[in-house]
Amino acid sequence: MTIKISDVSVGQELPALDLTFTRADLVAYANASGDQNPIHQDEAFAKSVGLPDVIAHGMLTMGRAIQVVTNWVGDPTAVIDYSVRMTRPVVVPDTTEGSIVSFTGKVAQVNDDGTVQVELGAVFGDVKVLGLARATVRLAQ
Amino acid sequence: MGMNHDMIGHVYPPSKPYLVTSENISAFVNALGDSNPAYADGTVAPPTFPIVVTMNAMDAAFHDPALQLDYSRLVHSDQKFEYLRPIRVGDELTVSASVEEIKPLGTNEIATFKTDVFSGDELVVTGWSKIVVRGPEA
Repeated sequence: MTIKISDVSVGQELPALDLTFTRADLVAYANASGDQNPIHQDEAFAKSVGLPDVIAHGMLTMGRAIQVVTNWVGDPTAVIDYSVRMTRPVVVPDTTEGSIVSFTGKVAQVNDDGTVQVELGAVFGDVKVLGLARATVRLAQ
Repeated sequence: MGMNHDMIGHVYPPSKPYLVTSENISAFVNALGDSNPAYADGTVAPPTFPIVVTMNAMDAAFHDPALQLDYSRLVHSDQKFEYLRPIRVGDELTVSASVEEIKPLGTNEIATFKTDVFSGDELVVTGWSKIVVRGPEA
């Protein structure tokens, strides 16, 4: 089903996503992105620089948050712009359960040019890990 | 000692071309855990894929001695992308990085780097990365 601009209104909530972050995910992201900073893989190193434990790449959190939008519209190439502030880290302990981040989205603006601005949320426990997170997406007429 | 404000506006030479393969796209999509069927054949890259090339280009800038940036105190705080078109398999990406802004924020400094991502001569994505360089401990 394709979302049409005429079906969308300001304040509408997009289907939320709860996504799990495990140590294995961080290794996979480090290899795929080229960001091999040890704070994302090496617990002893992370603690030595004052972090509570290994933390997820902020860009992994950003890459997952946009899935709220791209799952909703279906076509990921409909995204026109996307920005986030990485406010707090997602701490990832060495457990099989990992850490769960809840991602949400809400329509903030419906524009005359057929685009929609979505405000995104990302919460880990009770901590907002992304701020000022928004994306503009082009919808079918 | 902070960053060198004379570097505001400085444009770095383009990065070496990076060929986008379906393997690279699929590895990135799998690492995100994104099951969107649009990525199944590995031909189109997800929205945050450009970071693969922009981060490398900025790393070169971060280590430029003229910038006087203390890499050990750097935190990536904000990221923005504007897409002219999606990145696709077969694109040969180069990045032109420039220093857009350096300014104090309390005892810290913030800097914004602009990264224009080209495939051949075509501008495909512009990224902005804001970093915070933590000042000396009080």
